[in-house]
Amino acid sequence: MSSPPGRRARLSSPGTSHQPPDAREELRRRLKDLIEGNRVMIFSKSYCPHSTRVKELFSSLGVDYNILELDQVDDGASVQEVLTEISNQKTVPNIFVNKVHVGGCDRTFQAHRSGLLQKLLNEDSAHDYDLIVIGGGSGGLSCAKEAANLGKKVMVLDFVVPSPQGSSWGLGGTCVNVGCIPKKLMHQAALLGQALQDSRKFGWEYSQQVKHNWEAMTEAIQNHIGSLNWSYRLTLREKGVTYVNAYGEFVEPHKIKATNKKGQETFYTGSKFVIATGERPQYLGIQGDKEYCITSDDLFSLPYCPGRTLVVGASYVGLECAGFLAGLGLDVTVIVRSVLLRGFDQEMAEKVGSYLEQQGIKFQRKFTPVSIQQMEKGSPGILKVVAKSTEGPETVEGVYNTVLLAIGRESCTRKIGLEKIGVKINEKNGKIPVNDVEQTNVPHVYAIGDILEGKPELTPVAIQAGKLLARRLFGGSLEKCDYVNVPTTVFTPLEYGCCGLSEEKAIEVHKKENLEVYHTLFWPLEWTVAGRDNNTCYAKIICNKFDNERVVGFHLLGPNAGEITQGFAAAMKCGLTKKLLNDTIGIHPTCGEVFTTLEITKSSGLDVTQKGC
Amino acid sequence: MAAMAAALRGPLARFRSRTRVWTRGTRGAANAVGAGQPQNFDLLVIGGGSGGLACAKEAAQLGRKVAVADYVEPSPRGTRWGLGGTCVNVGCIPKKLMHQAALLGGMIKDAHHYGWEVAQPIQHSWKKMAEAVQNHVKSLNWGHRVQLQDRKVKYFNIKANFVNKHTVQGVDKGGKVTLLSADHIVIATGGRPRYPTQIKGAVEYGITSDDIFWLKESPGKTLVVGASYVALECAGFLTGIGLDTTVMMRSIPLRGFDQQMSSLVTEHMESHGTRFLKGCVPSLIKKLPTGQLQVTWEDHASGKEDTGTFDTVLWAIGRVPETRNLNLEKAGVNVNPENQKVVVDAQEATSVPHIFAIGDVAEGRPELTPTAIKAGKLLAQRLFGKSSALMDYSSVPTTVFTPLEYGCVGLSEEEAVALHGQEHVEVYHAYYKPLEFTVPDRDASQCYIKMVCLREPPQLVLGLHFLGPNAGEVTQGFALGIKCGASYAQVMQTVGIHPTCSEEVVKLHISKRSGLDPTVTGC
Repeated sequence: MSSPPGRRARLSSPGTSHQPPDAREELRRRLKDLIEGNRVMIFSKSYCPHSTRVKELFSSLGVDYNILELDQVDDGASVQEVLTEISNQKTVPNIFVNKVHVGGCDRTFQAHRSGLLQKLLNEDSAHDYDLIVIGGGSGGLSCAKEAANLGKKVMVLDFVVPSPQGSSWGLGGTCVNVGCIPKKLMHQAALLGQALQDSRKFGWEYSQQVKHNWEAMTEAIQNHIGSLNWSYRLTLREKGVTYVNAYGEFVEPHKIKATNKKGQETFYTGSKFVIATGERPQYLGIQGDKEYCITSDDLFSLPYCPGRTLVVGASYVGLECAGFLAGLGLDVTVIVRSVLLRGFDQEMAEKVGSYLEQQGIKFQRKFTPVSIQQMEKGSPGILKVVAKSTEGPETVEGVYNTVLLAIGRESCTRKIGLEKIGVKINEKNGKIPVNDVEQTNVPHVYAIGDILEGKPELTPVAIQAGKLLARRLFGGSLEKCDYVNVPTTVFTPLEYGCCGLSEEKAIEVHKKENLEVYHTLFWPLEWTVAGRDNNTCYAKIICNKFDNERVVGFHLLGPNAGEITQGFAAAMKCGLTKKLLNDTIGIHPTCGEVFTTLEITKSSGLDVTQKGC
Repeated sequence: MAAMAAALRGPLARFRSRTRVWTRGTRGAANAVGAGQPQNFDLLVIGGGSGGLACAKEAAQLGRKVAVADYVEPSPRGTRWGLGGTCVNVGCIPKKLMHQAALLGGMIKDAHHYGWEVAQPIQHSWKKMAEAVQNHVKSLNWGHRVQLQDRKVKYFNIKANFVNKHTVQGVDKGGKVTLLSADHIVIATGGRPRYPTQIKGAVEYGITSDDIFWLKESPGKTLVVGASYVALECAGFLTGIGLDTTVMMRSIPLRGFDQQMSSLVTEHMESHGTRFLKGCVPSLIKKLPTGQLQVTWEDHASGKEDTGTFDTVLWAIGRVPETRNLNLEKAGVNVNPENQKVVVDAQEATSVPHIFAIGDVAEGRPELTPTAIKAGKLLAQRLFGKSSALMDYSSVPTTVFTPLEYGCVGLSEEEAVALHGQEHVEVYHAYYKPLEFTVPDRDASQCYIKMVCLREPPQLVLGLHFLGPNAGEVTQGFALGIKCGASYAQVMQTVGIHPTCSEEVVKLHISKRSGLDPTVTGC
């Protein structure tokens, strides 16, 4: 159904002048087919300047149109007669948009000015769907649901290619199945382990024998995920979104091939497309990695306790997993090629790391695995890992039950036929460059979520972007997704929440001498009785001295950092300054209140450690 | 009189003997007035609580000669404590720790669902908890004294009262009298729990929040009288650690707070085992031979009388400012005769220009630690020339640490409607289910958020109300947003942090006016 602008329509039966009534009915039917089968149908004469102006208008709008030049077909006169009957308009150009008769040249321009034309264009029916979303994750679903709310005909294609270990899951994408949701629940399980220890100090008494049962936890979490998968499908159905559990691949600019589990292929056409295929974990490309290692795609549904675990990589995924595994009582080692939490504030990252060390996690820094061998099969088995120093010829060997790779993620953009329709990707990382309205280089194809070049890889960002995109495409909205000051939290055992710039980035952007950094260590009240360390939790804000001490970076390492950071992020949206922080009354006793009483600047060099009380 | 005799053998005996000591002291003081020369200070603070200490330390930091006079009059039950005032000793700190103890009880139950195998029986030892909490409080008392010493603030453990506009006399435990004079005097004596003295047995047998945190033994089956935040918080943690707890309330819960939120708070407590006797007023407390207390009350709904037996009766019916023993009239400081609070202006000055009042004792101020601290600090800065900034008492956030915490800032829905009219107010609201509740299948029926906004775009946020886990932590940042003049639109533009409870705030999209269902849907 695709057509380059200005495609010529052809009437299949020749010689239709002076037709008998039957033939005239036949012509009427064929004209109706043209009107109904094309989003924009222009009946024109090749020499008519008004017709030319109309064609130029549609070209300038980037809209495909179909033309029938009356002067170039044999039965042009009959066509004009029948058109008069259909539209009550004798002259050309005669324009139909989405089956609606717009009128001639003047009326079309008028409709353009009033916005009516755009509205009509949006009511596309030339394709099977107004919108086809490839990928049923947070972003894709949010976009699809919003488009459906706006009355559009929407399809979502979602297909989970099983991981090399064979894990697969239901609708909802990474966040729900192998990301935020299960990891936060396992984090909670680990926190509860800590709570059990604390509870004795708070007067609770029970047997010292406390064990953790991996299978019971995993089953409970998987049950919750199952209910979410189900509710996503239900919501799509309620909103009238067509959901197809098949792998989508472009074959033409407006046509997609959907291949289901059984290998059956179906083709669908759409006016607009949103690519929201997300990412999947990367592998090392060394001997034994795909055979024996697992990734975050597998961990949360692992049917057995992973045992002694080597986590490869210090991304937030790596550290979060290491954190909760250790919290559940497992022996955990993290092997790190270079820095922890690349892209995050490095002072904070190091503090996150040292807390993990306090929790018993071992770090093997400046090493990278070179081979993984299976010593023994089993659930879990035994793996031998050889790692090489990144700085010299030194190698070390370690024996683990499980090796979890968390070395990064790669975009699912290379096998979805983008090359066939000319959507450009960054060849290096597979990411899709888009403009500020999430549009790719192919105008009717958009992209959101983790596959975007240079945008935060976060569920709420994808959700927001998807929703706003649908509103712009179909709801006449102009609001764009704001990717600035996006807050996030790393759910390591001690949570790290942040919003805005890291100290390094702030120095790069604003220069060190223009910044004032306020910071303090603090001791959560709940930690006192629990007898936990009083110089571990840390709060830091970075202010621009020459912009009213505006807060450009917010960083918090402490319990409930996620809950605390959210409100401050809202305040940063409204132009938070140090003075406003000073003027705000704390809520006592909380951890959040620490930000209302920050007094010590880094430049002063004063001690921020907490004394006895 | 028989009751009196019994009381003299009980805790009240201690109380009486102390009173006698004090009386002797006062007499001694009267003799001493003419004798010694007063010690002179730039600033004298009466009351070593959050506000007083903050003010004193700030003044000392600014190089002034400062004294703090602090004295804890034992409770009728005989409970006393160290330096730091209500918050540290019998308020925020111990209550949040006991709240935490109760939360941990819930977590132990949750843990099972998350794969932790904890063998029954699970019991709670009040003794152990109380000792741990008390030890922490004592370490804070110590810390406060050290801080004063470090900053060269002179600390007097004396009970102070005014001799004249510039002079205060203080009596210590032994009856020794000290005279202090200062250019500036700050009254920061706070408040103490109110007793319903008209109820027979109330003072003899009841305890208050002054005592509960210092009990060595479990209070056992407890009746909490009142529906203030103190009452609900105490009833909440007592229930949480496994005690049979009843709240008796005369009228509405959490007066002054948003009433929809308040009833959700009590609804949650009820569904978690706290009993409520609504519309009831106690009339008599009797001690039974078993040592238990028999409480008689009147049920206003039925007009009938009823009785019940408890181990402990806790009064939480309000607080009285500590102004009666200050001899304020000698200095000419005016109090509001209705409530005995000290009348102050925007500078915190009383009717006497060089005498100030901050914290719970001052008329019309929120009774909150952080406001007292900030007010004290700013006062010292103004007095000693560092700044002229006044304390801003608007949009003060607070959190009620009931089992399900209730955090709020700005106007309640009632206040917003009263101020702006129903047709100009838009309320966005939602019920939500915290992710952590899913696995243990905890009931989230009362997890609810509402944002009260002006209806006119950009829909300025007037108030935020959050009921759920960690409400205190959630509310703090948004309090800033409201301070910055955040609009509904700006809050909505904020990207959520997933998965948290606080992200629900930036996802609020259903207005009450729309009549749409705000309950949780599948995702």
